Amino acid sequence: MIARLGLRIIALGYLALVVLGPVVLLVVRTFAHGLEPVVAALTSPDAVHALQVTLVLVAMAVPVNTVFGVICAFVLVRYRPPGTRLIAALVDLPFAISPVVLGLALFTLYGRTGWLGPTLAEHGIDVVFALPGMVLATVFVSLPFVVDEVAPVLEEAGLEAEQAAATLGASGWQTLWRITLPAIRWGVTYGVVLTTARALGEFGAVAIVSGNLVGETQTLPLFVEERFTDFDLTGAYAAGLLLGLIAVAVLIVLTRLSRRLDRRDRDGRDREPDRPPAVEVS
Amino acid sequence: MPRTLLPPRLRLRRLLRVPPPLRTRAVAAALAASTAVALALLAGCGSSADTANALTVGGSGATGGRLSLVAYSTPKDAYAELIPAFQQTAPGRGVTFAQSYGASGAQSRAILAGLPTDVAALSLAPDVTKLVSAGLVAQDWNAGAYHGMVTRSVVVLVVRKGNPKHITGWDDLVRPDVKILTPNPLSSGGARWNVMAAYGAQIKAGRTQAEALDYLKQLFAHVAVQDPSAAASLQTFSRGVGDVLISYENEAIAARDHGQEVDWVVPDATILIENPVAVVNSGRHEQVAKAFVDFLLTKPAQQIFADHGYRPVVEGVSGPHAFPTPAKLFTIGDLGGWSAVTKQFFDPKTGLIVPIEKAVGVSGG
Amino acid sequence: MADLPIGVHPRRGVAGATRAGHPLSRRRAAAPAALAATGFTAMFLSVVVLLPIAALLATGLGPGFVEAVTTPQALAALAFTVAVSLVATGIDVVAGLAVAWVLVRDDFPGRRFVDALIDLPFALPTIVAGLTLLALYGQDSPIGLDLAYTRPGVALALLFVTVPFVVRALQPVLLELDGDAEEAAATLGASPWTTFRRIILPALRLPLVVGGAQAFARCLGEFGSVVLISGNLPFRTEVAAVVVAGQIENGDAQAAAAIAVVLLGAALVVVVVVRSLASRRVRSAR
Repeated sequence: MIARLGLRIIALGYLALVVLGPVVLLVVRTFAHGLEPVVAALTSPDAVHALQVTLVLVAMAVPVNTVFGVICAFVLVRYRPPGTRLIAALVDLPFAISPVVLGLALFTLYGRTGWLGPTLAEHGIDVVFALPGMVLATVFVSLPFVVDEVAPVLEEAGLEAEQAAATLGASGWQTLWRITLPAIRWGVTYGVVLTTARALGEFGAVAIVSGNLVGETQTLPLFVEERFTDFDLTGAYAAGLLLGLIAVAVLIVLTRLSRRLDRRDRDGRDREPDRPPAVEVS
Repeated sequence: MPRTLLPPRLRLRRLLRVPPPLRTRAVAAALAASTAVALALLAGCGSSADTANALTVGGSGATGGRLSLVAYSTPKDAYAELIPAFQQTAPGRGVTFAQSYGASGAQSRAILAGLPTDVAALSLAPDVTKLVSAGLVAQDWNAGAYHGMVTRSVVVLVVRKGNPKHITGWDDLVRPDVKILTPNPLSSGGARWNVMAAYGAQIKAGRTQAEALDYLKQLFAHVAVQDPSAAASLQTFSRGVGDVLISYENEAIAARDHGQEVDWVVPDATILIENPVAVVNSGRHEQVAKAFVDFLLTKPAQQIFADHGYRPVVEGVSGPHAFPTPAKLFTIGDLGGWSAVTKQFFDPKTGLIVPIEKAVGVSGG
Repeated sequence: MADLPIGVHPRRGVAGATRAGHPLSRRRAAAPAALAATGFTAMFLSVVVLLPIAALLATGLGPGFVEAVTTPQALAALAFTVAVSLVATGIDVVAGLAVAWVLVRDDFPGRRFVDALIDLPFALPTIVAGLTLLALYGQDSPIGLDLAYTRPGVALALLFVTVPFVVRALQPVLLELDGDAEEAAATLGASPWTTFRRIILPALRLPLVVGGAQAFARCLGEFGSVVLISGNLPFRTEVAAVVVAGQIENGDAQAAAAIAVVLLGAALVVVVVVRSLASRRVRSAR
């Protein structure tokens, strides 16, 4: 009993020191001078624009990664062409890479002195220091989530229902639309939520490819850093808190989702035969 | 391979073995909706002309167009007042701005690398010269009455309140108990002014070139942190690192005006800083950009600069700050001019600063 | 099974076997849709991942590579990065074990809240994470603990961002560990410690290693949360990712790319090790 209590105190104490304490204090500090400076900081044109840019990045990167993620999961799980292993490795690479390294990689490829930069510039397409580069960076860092959530689901969904549909004379599209996609929709949703969270907060990679033009290519995370360096702590805290609140909203969706899924899981479990405990490394 | 860097939602996945009811349309609708939002936001943001190149805020356009101002790290506060003042003038009506601030050298390279720019306000002339060589700035950019310069300042020694280490001049900086901050001369323009001020002060004191270089070597051995820009350096200093920050006079004034607990010492021998501004041939808004640069050289604009601690280039402007003239003030011209100095000191491969940086272990070049 | 394209799925072998022999799957493999999807995937990955990495490697592995990564500043930063990552990972493993255990085996008011709290560091943008830590452990620390510009401060930032990894890797495994073996051991007179060491720990070894490795990989490249709190003092608190960013500012893309290649290599080593560990486990499970 004492051991259990001790362990509880250690675990919760650790989380309080590392996560909860700082977050609570951030909130306190933000409103240290009342609500007014916070509102002022968040309604300044630069902040509003930075939020807009961040939302644009999310709104572009998420659909791109969703479509890619679903198709890629199909390729990995169902088609398995030669090179499947390489594809899987490339998809997971963004997890292992430092965002700064990624930003630099985009720079060496699409910058004015990079491999493709000059050619693209001739056709009037600027990638680095412009929206396309920032979207690319965001897409890269949030690439694996949808694939990772959809692939296992697709695998477990199995082929039986699809085969049954095919036997009953359904066309390929019908099967995809009515059987396969519904089966993976929770995986997709979960992946989308994770992608959104990641895309919202990307800092390192975007910092390098954006040029940080205030009122143009500055995102909200870049705005936070800039305010902090300019000794405008209230501005930095306010924008940071806004980002944090969006993150918490995402988190709530996430928790709700998984709770809902847990419930279905429990319902579904009754129908499943017992299976041996399995380690799933994810 | 690690599946995901996120929670393995084991149970989540298991449930999906049983296909849920057919509700694909919801997913499709969500996707379509987010795509639509993306497009709407883009459309809302984008002015007709340069959506492909840059995000532009709604409300742009009108008559004036949108100027992109790329500047070095310190004059941000001044431009925060200068821009509204310009917008009050006839040529500035309806003009909106995108602004970027950072280390002068890095900003100059960013412009070369394609950062959309209409006006470049940099720390020192060579950073503009680079743009001239690339054809981005007109050859005659410095032909005007003020030779392309918009503000002046001097290099000063910023110390803690009350000057606890009793710093009086350059010689005190190499005392064993003194830790210095100066930005990295390979990225920061301010740092290059600092290096040349320290070097020139030695020459002014009658020392030989070799002795002056030796002083620089000793000086850099006392440097605690080389931040990328002057603004970042001030940030580090204000966080309690170092005893002396070598910096622009205007930066010291601004720091005190912002309530920082600092004093500063103007050394007897120091360098006169001149900061250039130039119109960049972006092919977009050169007329307006030219008007903005002209505005910066008017008395009201110079007054704003003076309020922020810059020494005005235009005569007859005086601000709230006293600008003492150091006894042995010298210019970069006295040291051979920027083009010679840049090659001699700051060439990333062969410059004199490279072995000095290497000796203190900081990579550069 | 020849390979493990997407992580480790203990049941994948069975699924693969059924699939291989099924006529429908064979017909699909040849279908134009499959070709189109594969082509799209390959193209997308090339543009977004492969080409930039190739350009980076080409830039970084030039003649100046050795020189760039052996400057004292780069060496110090790389050594510090590895060291502080190891320390943070070690703490992660121990603390993560305690947290996961408490979340799964213990019950107390607010457990769900704590469970949700674990995901917060993932959802919080890294720059906000740094700002957040500075609020409590910075210059104006209300508890008088100023870790700004110190090595423990860097470690703290890494701990913050890696909280979810070990905990989330352990949770499902702990859930599935049935209490039978533990009860049996206890009945036979084993002390709780012996039970933990002999029964529980072996089952948790793989998720601990995998979660730890993920945390380690993340630490190696971490930038946003560290950049504010570390002060980036060369030879003291500067991490490798910050050196890369500094070299980009200094206009030396080649040196930046060289150090970036080292970081990339280290990350790949971690990934490969984890993958082979995990696949060995799957083989032994089958």
